[in-house]
Amino acid sequence: MSTPTFQLFVAGDSARSRAAEANFRRLAAERLQDRYELLVVDVMQDPDRAEEHRILTTPTLIKTTPTPMRRVTGDFGDFDTVMLALAINPSIRR
Amino acid sequence: MKKAAKRSSPKKRATTTRVSTGAIRKTPTHIPGFDYVAEGGIPTGRATLVAGSAGSGKTVFAAQFLSMGILEDDEPGVFVTFEEPPADLRRNVKAFGWDIEGWEKQGKWRFVDVSPDAHGPTPIVGQFDLGGLMARVTNAVEKTKAKRVALDTLSALIHAIPDPALLRTELFKIVAQLKEMGVTVLITAERPDDLGPITRNGVEEFVADNVIILRNSLADERRRRTVEILKFRGTAHKREEVTFTITQCGIVVLPLTSQELTQASTTLRIPSGISELDEMAGGGFFRDSVILISGATGTGKTLAVTQFMSGGLAGKDRCLLFAFEESRDQLIRNAEAWGMDYVKAEKTGRLKIVSQYPHSRSMEDHFVVMRDMINEYKPDRVAVDSLSALERVFNLRSFREFVISITALLKQKSITGVFTSTTATLLGGGSVTERHISTLTDSIILLRYVERDGRMARGLTILKMRGSLHDTSIREYTIDKKGMHIGPRFRGMSGILSGAMVPTTRRRGEDSGYSAEKQSEEWHDSWQTTEDMSSDE
Repeated sequence: MSTPTFQLFVAGDSARSRAAEANFRRLAAERLQDRYELLVVDVMQDPDRAEEHRILTTPTLIKTTPTPMRRVTGDFGDFDTVMLALAINPSIRR
Repeated sequence: MKKAAKRSSPKKRATTTRVSTGAIRKTPTHIPGFDYVAEGGIPTGRATLVAGSAGSGKTVFAAQFLSMGILEDDEPGVFVTFEEPPADLRRNVKAFGWDIEGWEKQGKWRFVDVSPDAHGPTPIVGQFDLGGLMARVTNAVEKTKAKRVALDTLSALIHAIPDPALLRTELFKIVAQLKEMGVTVLITAERPDDLGPITRNGVEEFVADNVIILRNSLADERRRRTVEILKFRGTAHKREEVTFTITQCGIVVLPLTSQELTQASTTLRIPSGISELDEMAGGGFFRDSVILISGATGTGKTLAVTQFMSGGLAGKDRCLLFAFEESRDQLIRNAEAWGMDYVKAEKTGRLKIVSQYPHSRSMEDHFVVMRDMINEYKPDRVAVDSLSALERVFNLRSFREFVISITALLKQKSITGVFTSTTATLLGGGSVTERHISTLTDSIILLRYVERDGRMARGLTILKMRGSLHDTSIREYTIDKKGMHIGPRFRGMSGILSGAMVPTTRRRGEDSGYSAEKQSEEWHDSWQTTEDMSSDE
């Protein structure tokens, strides 16, 4: 199975942006054995990419692979709900 | 002075109409009739809320605001759509003649698509904001150099963001940012119903400076659309609820006085092709006026149209004739008899004759075909001979909307229009066409048969002419090979317009023309009454 890929859209270098990225990396370390790829996109710097992915709220995390593509918004403090929203089943992972 | 500036070139107009009357400038919407009610348009650099129940025309209003900005003022726009996908919008407004796709290619229109997608709302885990939307909207404004932004329909956002307090602060930030960028913002919001609170959550009112209400109510078993400006912070506007219709040109607001829609905004006069008539009109007709010629069959309406066309050709005007009663060949033959060579004129490229059957299309399609031809041919004069041929085929409501649309189109393009209308009775009387469109035209010329000394004479009067003094007398006219000749007024006669003339009893020391004049005055008065009545509907 390929490495899960994520895109994290944040708005500027705010406390909320940093919290979201930190929370996600912690979640990935705990639940994905750090096997993941993450691209952080600042919507202020790259609004065209935000347009392309139709980002409304920030922070928004998109799981691009494996399918199905899923997204979740917030600062991701609650790992269980994030896992659920991203449709990553902990029992399948190796 | 605002009016005078209206017909100048787009760029010039944009700056001249922005002359401030105080601290607050206005941006013209160019929605026919609306800017009259709003006294110039919506406040520039501010946020205006357009609230209405479902189907009240909010989206059309928003799309028209942007489209007219591009068409009239060459101001780019950004349309943030929360409900309808861009593809649907592009398709839906095409019928109004707005080519969003073309403008997108030219970089004058940009969508920010926030319409719901197949995934549904994104799950929320923790704190978030509308940073994505903010970045996309400001990016679109910067890229297009937009002056106008529409947010349609903001109410749909509540599905994505269920917390009204959060939504309110977040939207406030976005609107504040847009205002700082100097753009004029139009926000639409859905009202639960036509009465009660302006919006469901009060979010939209909070972020807007100004509020416009659209209603679509059922009165006397008829739909009645109205627009009302509830508040314009610190600037003037009319206070009443004003009727509007959605026509093939989009929204057309009809202030009771119909001033804005029909008032001649130029003082430039053009010859009608009948010199005596020009004299009666005080030196010709206004460039962007619409003239209705009403008369029974054979009174010379088509002749008047022919002369109107030759009057244009004698100058440098391009003329377009829509014929609904006679075939092309017939028209050419008739014109020839009056010494007008239509075939030759067409070869010069300054005349185009389009003959159509009224039955051939729906009213909407007739309009679209005519609009496209007008846009393509770019005439200075347009004649429709006759309007009543269309009236007979379609129901009154769509007929009236058709006339409103075509009138609005002609005015928008500063084209002189002549419509003819055939009265049903030979002597006296009016037609349905007249009654229903008299308020929409600037000038009305009546042609009537008059029985006199056992023969049929013809009488002509200018019943009304907006914005100008004119001769109100009833004049006798004759028709010969050279066309129409208007003679002196009927003297010593009354009952002229009813068709049966009777000699006035002469009183000593009184001008014998008194009665004919009085007749005409009475007619003018009675017309005024019908006009008022018809504009009420």
